[in-house]
Amino acid sequence: MGPTQGRRRPVCSTSHAGRRVEIAAKCGHNLSFPQSFPKMTLTFEDFPPGRFGTFGPRHVTRDEILAFAAEFDPQPMHLDEEAASKSMLRGLSGSGWHLCSLMMRMMADGFITRAASLGSPGVDEVRWLSPLRPGDDLTLDVDVLEARTSKSRPELGIVKFKCTARNAAGQALAEMTSPILIKRREGTV
Amino acid sequence: MRFFDDIEIGQRREIGAYTFTAEAIKTFAAKFDPQRFHLDEEEGKNSLFGGLAASGWHVGSACMSLLVADGQRLAREAAARGEEIAVWGPSPGFRDLRWIRPVLAGDTVAYVNVVIDKRTSASRPGWGILTARTTGTNQRGEEVYSITASAFVPTRTGG
Repeated sequence: MGPTQGRRRPVCSTSHAGRRVEIAAKCGHNLSFPQSFPKMTLTFEDFPPGRFGTFGPRHVTRDEILAFAAEFDPQPMHLDEEAASKSMLRGLSGSGWHLCSLMMRMMADGFITRAASLGSPGVDEVRWLSPLRPGDDLTLDVDVLEARTSKSRPELGIVKFKCTARNAAGQALAEMTSPILIKRREGTV
Repeated sequence: MRFFDDIEIGQRREIGAYTFTAEAIKTFAAKFDPQRFHLDEEEGKNSLFGGLAASGWHVGSACMSLLVADGQRLAREAAARGEEIAVWGPSPGFRDLRWIRPVLAGDTVAYVNVVIDKRTSASRPGWGILTARTTGTNQRGEEVYSITASAFVPTRTGG
C-alpha cells in the first residue's frame, strides 16, 4: 500500500463551531472553505475542547487488510474467508491493530503532521466495536476531550483526543482516547 | 491455543522479541504514521526521541504479531499431543497502553504477557473474556511498552 493509495477527496463535517471548521479548512479538510489558506502550524491553542473535525474518507482494500494481517496479526479470521465466516465476526475482518494504524494515518493526514506535535505518551483506551470489512470507506470523528498545559514543561500542552472511526453507514467501528503532546504558541509562556 | 478453563490468573509467557530496523520503522511510518521523527534519522535526533523512533503503533503491532505467533506455537504443541485446539475470538479492546520510552532504530524489544483477569461472558455463552498485561523491554533492560488487553476465549463446553 502506498501512502496515497485508496484516499479520496477529503471532506469535513460542517456542523461544528466556526473556528474549528476554519482550522480544519486550513488543514485542507473542509471543502466548504477555499483551499488557499497558507500552510500553518497548529499549536496547543488551536485545540479547545469540543468537536475538532471529521476526516476521510479512507478506502480500505481487501489486499491491504490481508497484507497487514499477514505481517502483524495472522489469525485465520483476518486471513481466510472460510475460517472468518465461522468466526464470531462472521466474515473476513481487518486486524484491530490495522484499524488503529489507519486511524493514526487519518489523524496524521488530518492535522497531526501540521501540528507542533511531540508525540504521545500512550492510549487510555481503545474499544473495537464492529469489524473492519474489505471495501470499507472510513471516516474519523475527532473530538478534544480535554486540553491542559504541562506543569513540568510549561512550553507544552497535553491534548486528550477521542477519535471514532466509522464506516460509510455511520456505524462506529472503533473508539480511541489518547493524549498528544503539542507545543504552545511562542510568547504564551 | 488454550481454552478459557485451562488459563489461570498470573500465568506468564515470554512471547518473543522483535528487532526494529531503520527500514522497518520507516516502512511502517510511511504507511501509517508519517511524522518526521518516524521517517528520518536527522529529524529523529532533533526530536524528543533522540533518534529515528518507531511509531507507537508499530511497537504495538509487533507485540500483536508475537502474541499470535506464540499462540500458534502452543496450538501446534497441543495438536502434537493429540489435544483439542481452542480458536480464540476477537478482542473487545485494550486500555492503559503506555509508550514509556522511545523505541529507536536497532532496538530489540522482548515482550512478556501475564494474565491478570478472567471472567465468563454474560452476553456470549460458551465464551470467556481474558485480560492480560503485556510489557516490552529493550536490550538495555528498560521497559518501553505496556498494555492491558482483552480477548474472547472459548470455554471447553462451547464457543
